[in-house]
Amino acid sequence: MIAALRTPRGLITALVLLVLAVLPLLTQAFDQRYLLSIGTRIVIWSIAAVSLNMILGYGGLVSFGHAVFFGIGGYAVGILSAHGVSSGWIQWPVALIAATLWAALIGALSLRTRGLYFIMITLAFAQLVYYVGGGLEAYGADDGLNISRSRFPGLIDLRDKATFYWLCFAALCGTLWFCSRFANSRFGHVIRGAKSNDLRMTALGFPVFRYRLVAFTLSGTFGGLAGILLANEGAYISPAMMSWVKSGDLIVIVVLGGMGTLFGPLFGTIAFFVLEESLPPLLNLFAKGWGEYWQIVFGPMLILIALYARGGIDSLFGQRS
Amino acid sequence: MDYLLLQMLNGVQLGLLMFLLAAGLTLTFGIMDLVNLAHGSLYMMGAYIAWTMISWTDSFVLGALLALPVIFVLGLVVEAVVARRLYVRSHLDQVLATFGLILFFNELVRVIWGPAGKSIAVPAFLNRTVEILPGVPYPAYRFAIIVVGAAVAVLLAWLVARTRLGMLIRAGASNRRMIGALGVNIELLFSLVFGLGAVFAGLAGLMAAPITSVKIGMGDDILILAFVIIVIGGIGSIKGAFIAAMVVGQIDIVGRAFLPDLLKTFLSASAASSAAPAISQVLVYVVMAGVLVWRPTGLFGQRT
Amino acid sequence: MKSKLFGTATIAALATVAAGTLPAMAQSPIKIGFVSTFSGPQAAIGEDMRRSVELAKEHLGGKMGGKPFEIVYEDDQFKPDVGKQKSEKLVQQDKVNFVTGYIWSNVLLASLKTVTDEGDTILISANAGPSQIAGDLCNKNFFSTSWQNDQTPMAMGEYLQSKGVKSLYLMAGNYAAGKDMLAGVKRTFKGQIIGEDLTKWPDQLDFSAELAKIRAAKPDGIFIFYPGAHGVQFLTQYAQAGLKGQIPLYQVFSIDAITLPLQKELALGTLGAQEWVNDLPNDANKKYVADFKKKHGVYPSYYGAQSYDAIMLIASAAEALKGDLSNKDKVRAEMKKANFKSLRGDFKYNTNQFPIQNFYIQEAVKDPEGMMTVKTIATAMKDAKDPFYEKCPMK
Repeated sequence: MIAALRTPRGLITALVLLVLAVLPLLTQAFDQRYLLSIGTRIVIWSIAAVSLNMILGYGGLVSFGHAVFFGIGGYAVGILSAHGVSSGWIQWPVALIAATLWAALIGALSLRTRGLYFIMITLAFAQLVYYVGGGLEAYGADDGLNISRSRFPGLIDLRDKATFYWLCFAALCGTLWFCSRFANSRFGHVIRGAKSNDLRMTALGFPVFRYRLVAFTLSGTFGGLAGILLANEGAYISPAMMSWVKSGDLIVIVVLGGMGTLFGPLFGTIAFFVLEESLPPLLNLFAKGWGEYWQIVFGPMLILIALYARGGIDSLFGQRS
Repeated sequence: MDYLLLQMLNGVQLGLLMFLLAAGLTLTFGIMDLVNLAHGSLYMMGAYIAWTMISWTDSFVLGALLALPVIFVLGLVVEAVVARRLYVRSHLDQVLATFGLILFFNELVRVIWGPAGKSIAVPAFLNRTVEILPGVPYPAYRFAIIVVGAAVAVLLAWLVARTRLGMLIRAGASNRRMIGALGVNIELLFSLVFGLGAVFAGLAGLMAAPITSVKIGMGDDILILAFVIIVIGGIGSIKGAFIAAMVVGQIDIVGRAFLPDLLKTFLSASAASSAAPAISQVLVYVVMAGVLVWRPTGLFGQRT
Repeated sequence: MKSKLFGTATIAALATVAAGTLPAMAQSPIKIGFVSTFSGPQAAIGEDMRRSVELAKEHLGGKMGGKPFEIVYEDDQFKPDVGKQKSEKLVQQDKVNFVTGYIWSNVLLASLKTVTDEGDTILISANAGPSQIAGDLCNKNFFSTSWQNDQTPMAMGEYLQSKGVKSLYLMAGNYAAGKDMLAGVKRTFKGQIIGEDLTKWPDQLDFSAELAKIRAAKPDGIFIFYPGAHGVQFLTQYAQAGLKGQIPLYQVFSIDAITLPLQKELALGTLGAQEWVNDLPNDANKKYVADFKKKHGVYPSYYGAQSYDAIMLIASAAEALKGDLSNKDKVRAEMKKANFKSLRGDFKYNTNQFPIQNFYIQEAVKDPEGMMTVKTIATAMKDAKDPFYEKCPMK
């Protein structure tokens, strides 16, 4: 643990986690409430990115429909809330189970395919749920639905911004802990081995399909957790939270941060949000009015990252041992 | 009967338009192993460049003919600057980089042509209806799309089946290393195929423009549908793309024209009218998922 | 590489802080946040709104209630979560006194509570009017300078009913606003609904199948709701199918100053309903339209007019309170009076703080210079209230 701090990567990681851990204190000290809102979103999106990384980074399975778990987690909370079930003790387990079951189902169907076919079939299932969400007129259809935050009476009050942030941060730490256990387990090694050569792993006698299905399902569970938090953060659900653009954003984040690395998705999320928030004002500094055209800079940046920063941000911190 | 024929023609027209877009996509994927999300941007650029050429020459046909070589060159530039570097990379790098291209092109169009979109009028000689059967009028312009689309499909079939370029394309689709061993100038072949794909996409864009209007992001909506088509057909297969495009065209029309009545036979009228649009919206995705569960590499894709 | 990355982050942080603190050092002006779509395919609407807001600022001489004011524009990118994020930034970081704008219902609903409840800040919708906010979700901090979704199609339906149209074929995009619009027209049109299509949204490019159905169904008229580029598409295909001249088209929000330059002659003669038209004969409107045309060479749209009204509504409250906006109850009370020269003519606020206003029937025509525009031909509804205000607990 101490030795890890001596490498630049270890030091930066520790620093980022430390800042995130005390963020509510910092934003209060500097009276920057808005930064806490951004921080909350960064933490929630990081959970989703870490969960996607389990299959995409370690397993090489490019799911183009991961945002669907935002939707399933969010809608489970929202629908229960709309029917007056406001207790988080009911909402959250139901949402997690729903996300897990759906992940298991689409995993079982999708994992028979490879490559671009897998990308497209995961997209297809996500679109299916997206349009179903848009058709739920009782729950606001495309307009979405305002909900109230989950209640944990006597325990914590999620309406308090700092409390909610710390809850999200704890969830992120839990997800990271799980992911590191996952990656270094025998199970994780099979998944990683199958990424480079699934025929060999099969020949070695590993039931690759079943292993992948379990990984896909777990990834869906944590995606659902991010969905629960996202719905609570905005006190609002809508189909837009699971549009294919969001799934694309998640892929961009994971690749940007560094695929198959534990903290890469976290770095990716931070970079993504910081760029989105700071590019427009930066461009405006150079040429007034050009802030709205920030994507003309962001687009080529993505191209450069894809071409030249192959390991993502994580690789900037030096070679992995 | 007339009504049925009319609706089938609508499906064919839609399918042919989609085929033009899907053909380039499946070629670049089959031969260069490139997932090109920016294919939709080429479709959009086709429409915008055609708009400029048409307002410049004041003639639809002339403007369209002038636009195609420009799009070909644009395709070559995109290939040389970005795409070429991506062929050997993972699909993910490709997705990321070409997604960046989409953002770039969308903003570029906004800077050059403004945010409001453009419209291209149907050429005067096609701005009427033709009677495909006595008493059954059909828009002449849509009929022209069918003719041009079918002509391109035939041309492409000939190109792939009968020419040396086609031979290389087929060889490349089944075994990429093979064409290298044949002593072919691969870089040139790749540039050519990419440029060709760009021309097809641009042609689809400029032909669609008079019916759909020219707007930023017009290629993004349709891109996913094009991917659906090449996946159903089997990646790399021109034949598969053609058949899948025809099937998707018909499915789309059936979903919109006949599904509500069909549902009414066993649902209440109000339930049917609310369920029908929801079902038709997801129909192609359901079909794709079904095809892939049944045949994991599409209808005409190679088994691995 | 590493230091570069950190350099960027530092500059970004500085820029954010600078943007937040610099204006505060001036003599505390009134700040108004404006959330709209300024990028992507729908940016043309946001641009029209911004031009109108800037014109309002010019007409006010940059001051309201003796104090300077400034507008902070934020781009919602046509996404509800981004809109919510930007609204949050306006309230928490820029500490604006008012938030206005909002083209889209879903962006407004996502942002509503952040602004009105958590931020206790007054929000004025300059376009979106979902039924929830007119009913159960009505809020003392919410005002509208537009309409509730159902109202405009209700006006169209009422007019068609009075003209003796017997049957209609209805078409709209398959999304929440589309369904609201069809529900609205059905509230007032009592003739036969011969057919009804909700088409894929927003990715349907082709209406050939629906137009063939319409041809076979032979209705007296077609009613559509296709805002933006879809309106252009529909009109073009309707004309190409040879239906123009055979079955008349009636529309809401599908032919306006933003789409007309693309629809051109195809739109001529088509009727629509709206609460504001550029030729309404009041002085404020004449000045607004003339100045807008002089500056930009095009007609303003209702999006712009409603945004202009939103700024003028704020100005009326600031005037009455001599620039002292510290007491929110007083601000709300002043705003509720709607004591300003609205471009649509004077209106009163209902209990849910939506306008009680007239709706007009407009026809697409060419002006003397040959530019496409719309002109008023009839009043469809007088002093109309939306159908949801009784559900609003505020009295």
